[in-house]
Amino acid sequence: MTSYLIKNARVLGGEPQDLRLKDGVIAEIGAGLAAADGDTVVQAEGLIALPGLVDLHTHLREPGREDAETVLTGTRAAARGGFTAVHAMANTFPVADTAGVVEQVWRLGRESGYCDVQPVGAVTIGLEGKQLAELGTMADSAASVRVFSDDGKCVDDAVIMRRALEYVKAFGGVIAQHAQEPRLTEGAQMNEGTVSGELGLRGWPAVAEESIIARDVLLAAHVGSRLHVCHVSTAGSVEIIRWAKSKGWDVTAEVTPHHLLLTDELVRSYDPVYKVNPPLRTEADVLALREALADGTIDAVATDHAPHPSEDKDCEWAAAAMGMVGLETALSVVQQTMVDTGLMGWADVAQRMSHRPAAISGINQAGPTGQGRPVSVDEPANLVLVDPAYRGAVNPDSFATRSRNTPYRGRDLPGRVVATFLRGRATVLDGELV
Amino acid sequence: MKRHLISTADLDLDDALLILDTAEEMAQVSTRAVKKLPTLRGRTVVNLFFEDSTRTRTSFEVAEKRLSADVINFSAKGSSVSKGETLKDTALTLQAMGADAVVIRHGASGAPKRLAESDWLHGSVVNAGDGTHEHPTQALLDAFTMRRHLNPGLGRDLDGRRITIVGDVLHSRVARSNVRLLHTLGAEVTLVAPPTLVPYGVESWPCAVSYDLDAVLPKSDAVMMLRVQRERMNAAFFPTQREYSLRYGLDAKRAAALPEHAIVMHPGPMVRGMEIASEIADSARSTIVEQVTNGVSIRMAVLYLLLGGSEPPLPSPAATLAGGASRHTALSTARPESRTTEEHSK
Repeated sequence: MTSYLIKNARVLGGEPQDLRLKDGVIAEIGAGLAAADGDTVVQAEGLIALPGLVDLHTHLREPGREDAETVLTGTRAAARGGFTAVHAMANTFPVADTAGVVEQVWRLGRESGYCDVQPVGAVTIGLEGKQLAELGTMADSAASVRVFSDDGKCVDDAVIMRRALEYVKAFGGVIAQHAQEPRLTEGAQMNEGTVSGELGLRGWPAVAEESIIARDVLLAAHVGSRLHVCHVSTAGSVEIIRWAKSKGWDVTAEVTPHHLLLTDELVRSYDPVYKVNPPLRTEADVLALREALADGTIDAVATDHAPHPSEDKDCEWAAAAMGMVGLETALSVVQQTMVDTGLMGWADVAQRMSHRPAAISGINQAGPTGQGRPVSVDEPANLVLVDPAYRGAVNPDSFATRSRNTPYRGRDLPGRVVATFLRGRATVLDGELV
Repeated sequence: MKRHLISTADLDLDDALLILDTAEEMAQVSTRAVKKLPTLRGRTVVNLFFEDSTRTRTSFEVAEKRLSADVINFSAKGSSVSKGETLKDTALTLQAMGADAVVIRHGASGAPKRLAESDWLHGSVVNAGDGTHEHPTQALLDAFTMRRHLNPGLGRDLDGRRITIVGDVLHSRVARSNVRLLHTLGAEVTLVAPPTLVPYGVESWPCAVSYDLDAVLPKSDAVMMLRVQRERMNAAFFPTQREYSLRYGLDAKRAAALPEHAIVMHPGPMVRGMEIASEIADSARSTIVEQVTNGVSIRMAVLYLLLGGSEPPLPSPAATLAGGASRHTALSTARPESRTTEEHSK
């Protein structure tokens, strides 16, 4: 196996150091390490070294919508974005609600070789919110599922949600809730606010998210289980999660990069590339989310990478699908909104994009397959090298994802993933897939 | 607003007055024995209607024919649209057929803007009503009607006139277009509706809001009643049709509270007995039928200004409305053709 000697990388933004990656682990860290026989030397002056990123929320679309994305194209996009593990959401066709489907996705991930794919299991059969899927069987399967979500749909029935929270305690699972009160959001097209009123698009009110989160943190506390809140998008949701955490309840939350940067003002163009669920909110929400991510109220950044073929976006707003691709721009958006603004340092980025998400899903155990581990000797060599000085316009034609529905086309974003290592093997070098 | 008419928010005061004044001249044409101008001869205008609307479609068609345009009616029903063809493919088809202008009615808010800003189609786009967003020609004909009654004369606006719009504002594209245009023209607009039918964020609109129709009527120079669809009742916007009519319907007793000069308007189609009593709809102060007539004049003016009403040579087709002919000589400068083939193919 190739060994790598990374010269002068700033680990977590610290002083330049050399790292030797050998036999899948970080073999040495120090100053002035000499290249050994067989070492490929990577010059990393000015680059930041972070632990391989972990995405809690990725739509890989396979099986069923291979026209939008496959496990292979999605994991290639993940590697280009600096990720070494992604969690594949369950809303595929068929739905990942059985051991068979989650094992298929898990196996496709292993075969891809670009990053680890940890399947998320559906909470209910067919995401219909009526009957629990075989959560225990998925947990016991080769895929070892621990995160369960009906993402795309909310587990809105309070009894089903309560039972799911209780049931997964038996195997250390967590319910990741897509918080959206369905009746308040029937036919909803965008954030309900000043802009929706002017544009005549039906609103998706913040209260539809907040009321579900409020209910669920109370349920999680009542039954003593773990709740994870997907893609938090409003200032009010942040307040509820902050309150729940202050009570000591086992609640975690994620925010997407796009909710850290974009607002519903963009919808004025009626360009469906800005159509996403939960919708883009207001400037006040964006600022509250940044603050919450910085202070740890929100634990993790998760992409909600949602590829769609062009025909699902090249149409009128109401007919368009919801979702944005995000794997290949996530770190850049986090740098722009959190690092360049002074809200967080690179060590915090490692926390929010690697250590915490891995801990939430339980894939951070010590050992050769651990993800989100510290950048230390004898740990798995999952690393990403970032050039924070880079600045350039986003060009979707260069993406590795099969889809092009990015809201950042042509937008200048800072930072560039120069290299990604998965257990000591380069998946990206010089910004290109290996 | 330069090449397209998508929203009344795109019209500044000069644009709006130019359209109203041009419509006055167009109105004279409609009184002649031969109601026809050669202005748009050889130009193709497509009426692309994804929603049923006999009234608006017919009004545009009459306007187009009076300007001698070649008119194509493309309705979603019975066409390939009902077989799943997308807006994009429909637009590409119309472009390939050489449409100079597309008048579009669509159930999705923003569809005309999408059409205008895409590269699917190069002609002018006129919004004939999109979802719950806008219906700019309706607002223009309403303003035209108001001006004739409340401040008649070319070049005049609606400064200080008090306009009350009553009913289902939430779902009304007519109300949105009217609020923007009437504000531009200097009018003071008050929306009256039950709170459930007032859009979220209305505080930022350039108008007042009241829940009390009786308090507003005596201070109204014009009152516009919006249609209230009965199915709104099932979505809990209000308890019963009866209660709605009692609180927000315009009956004879309420109408008596209006100042003597005040007019009663309705964009149609009306639900008689629901938002407006028959005796008021048919009364002398009702302008409902007149609005239909004025609709033709306004649509003639808009199409004329978008497609044919500029002094050639033009720097680009984008200059038409604002860079158009001076207000009172519009007709005399009318030409059947003012753009070259080269410009069309941009």
